[in-house]
Amino acid sequence: MPTKPETPAPTGPVTSTDAVVEAHDLEVHFALQGSALARLLGRRGRTVKAIDGVNVALRRGEVLGLVGESGSGKTTLGRAILGLVPATAGSITYHGRDRGDVVVSELGSRDLRALRTSMQMVFQDPGAALNPGMTIEEAIGHPLVIHRKLKGAELRTRVCDALERVGLSPVERYLGKYPADLSGGQKQRAVIARAIILEPEVLIADEPVSMLDMSVRAKILQLMLDLKDQLDLSYVYITHDLASAKYICDRIAIMYLGRIVEIGPSDEIFANPRHPYTKALLKAIPEPDPDRMLPRDLPRGEIPDAAVPPLGCSFHPRCPVAVQECGWESRDLRTLLEEHWTRNPGATYDAERDMVGDLGKLDKPELSAHLGVTDSQGTLALLNRIRAENPDEPFWRGVAGIEDDGNGVRLEFHQPHDPALRPAGGVEVACVLYPDERENEKT
Amino acid sequence: MKSDDVVISARDLRVWYGTAGLPVRAVDGVSFEIRSGEILGLVGESGCGKSTLGRGLLGLLPDGAARDGELFFRERDMLRLKRREQHALRGRELGLIFQEPLTRLNPLMRISEHFSETLKTHHRGIGKDEIESRSLEALRVMGIPPTRFRAYPHEFSGGMRQRLMIALTLVLRPAFVVADEPTTALDVLVEAQIIRMLHDLRDTYETSLLLITHNLGIIAEACDRVAVMYAGRIVEIGDAHTVFRAPQHPYTRELLRSTISLSTTGLNYIEGAPPDLSDPPPGCRFHPRCPDAMQVCERRAPVPRVQPSGSRTECWAADHANGLVTLTEDERIPLAKEVIALADEA
Repeated sequence: MPTKPETPAPTGPVTSTDAVVEAHDLEVHFALQGSALARLLGRRGRTVKAIDGVNVALRRGEVLGLVGESGSGKTTLGRAILGLVPATAGSITYHGRDRGDVVVSELGSRDLRALRTSMQMVFQDPGAALNPGMTIEEAIGHPLVIHRKLKGAELRTRVCDALERVGLSPVERYLGKYPADLSGGQKQRAVIARAIILEPEVLIADEPVSMLDMSVRAKILQLMLDLKDQLDLSYVYITHDLASAKYICDRIAIMYLGRIVEIGPSDEIFANPRHPYTKALLKAIPEPDPDRMLPRDLPRGEIPDAAVPPLGCSFHPRCPVAVQECGWESRDLRTLLEEHWTRNPGATYDAERDMVGDLGKLDKPELSAHLGVTDSQGTLALLNRIRAENPDEPFWRGVAGIEDDGNGVRLEFHQPHDPALRPAGGVEVACVLYPDERENEKT
Repeated sequence: MKSDDVVISARDLRVWYGTAGLPVRAVDGVSFEIRSGEILGLVGESGCGKSTLGRGLLGLLPDGAARDGELFFRERDMLRLKRREQHALRGRELGLIFQEPLTRLNPLMRISEHFSETLKTHHRGIGKDEIESRSLEALRVMGIPPTRFRAYPHEFSGGMRQRLMIALTLVLRPAFVVADEPTTALDVLVEAQIIRMLHDLRDTYETSLLLITHNLGIIAEACDRVAVMYAGRIVEIGDAHTVFRAPQHPYTRELLRSTISLSTTGLNYIEGAPPDLSDPPPGCRFHPRCPDAMQVCERRAPVPRVQPSGSRTECWAADHANGLVTLTEDERIPLAKEVIALADEA
């Protein structure tokens, strides 16, 4: 049962004048291969909505953070901005300093290649991003050979400049080295040198420090900040680590399952996180302080399967403060039962498992669920026991009614509501707990 | 459930790898004890010998590696045990949790089969009912519902798989487990869940744990004591509270300062990189990178001393500051630092 998403409002404070790159209603979907039979019958497989309607702009000279867990779509968004994955719908527009407006999402491969001189990427694993058979000189100069057809002394001068900019000096020590001769931090410096050698305007940095030792992370982040000022760069900084994002980003977009759930200035996001997911991410960072322990009320579970996302708000199954319209459904009932049995395995589980019958039928997202085979009284009692174990469980807020239908129990859930991004005190947040200020104006 | 009986005790333990040139002394004389039910965190940069130490304790070293010194597991002398006897201890008494959970699970075997294979290998003649009850109990501790007992590995998410791996180690109720970066491949929220479970383990099993990580935040969260390793030596070891509150060794202090956390106000880092372990610097191995280095640090290696704070440290500067040694004026002259090139880093 599809939930009707709210129509997203036109992005508020960002205008195209100060934007370098903009994503407008961007969708990136990947088709999953169905079964052989389904393909034979011409049925289409399911799709994974890696990016599901994102509006975001990178402003000139800023560091925009894309933060979220694996599977949130942050890397796909970064790659879509570079045209490395095709957009299914919506557009990416690059407002170039020299080349004017270019709609990246409509470019062919030849034009995309030319765009690399303006937008470059820094990869997560510097060990994998450098060709082990190329010397540092060859690797860093390679973009110039490809795009500018440089060679000889001019090429070497430019490579030496880039090496010095990233701190790999004296350059003679590094030119002839192979990636295997360098430490992790040095390799990442080389990757950054290769990215800046074409003098791009935009760098997409995908987890640039997460593979590095703690002792050098700060150093590489500082290098990136210095380069930004020296070379008038704008960064998209992709990370799962809010602590480093806090340090380097001007604005932060928190992503969850293909959408932006909160976006705003870093200071405001950290001082006053609004979305329950942002709050959870902040609380979960292990601080090097033995007096501060991780809270006990961390969200359970993991990011759900994007091929069959939860109804309503995607975060509701893990949300500690979810309310009735957040999208409660049959699959949440299954989770509830499984958590109960995790606490009570053994004899309790054996007896109750037979009573509730086939759990597989709860796997299809529905707003009503049937539980039990013959013993409806017993099933009802089981639900009451589970409820008594934890009366504050948000799941129960989503239950509109429970009734005995003779051969089991039927649960009805409230109508789901899929919140769009709405302004809330300086940031935008996609959560029903924050009443839509714009709607209030309308009424 | 911490008690005073020592589970692992190492004295002057050394592990080295033979190479074409000089041997690489990855663990070069470390001494420590782990008590029953205790979690010891082991922290340091890459290439400081953390993983080698973890594997060396279990006897899981590659060919060409050798151990020396003293290593006792309970009253057993691990370095004198025959290969077969060591092998028999692993799994049942000594466990290992890896970083990459998926590569350790057989994709063609159900979870229940993984458990029954593990239990049958180590406990001949174990009954079907006992296999199931012990497996379900291990799953419960790690928060995995019994409904998933007969599922295949691919049906689980990354965090669940890591919890499965931990459950598969714990089902044998080993007395001592080495966890080598168990959460590095996981997301923050899942990482936090697992750290909490590791921390709570002692309530269910009396397992002692050596938790190897490069993240000081995780140590603070989960560990009772912490050992800081640099260039094959434990340079500081003590109660986690004490070490974090009042780090005695400059390496510990700088490591703490360079950790990027939410309370970070400035970016700090340690100059240079850990040394080549086949040819470490003379004297204190940290002296070329140490902001507090004195003349003596280059000339003589410091010895482990218990500082007034309670932690044991190998550092001349700490010894001097706490009045444990008397240094001559010459020895106290700050060491003229060789200029470390900006990019000489880890």
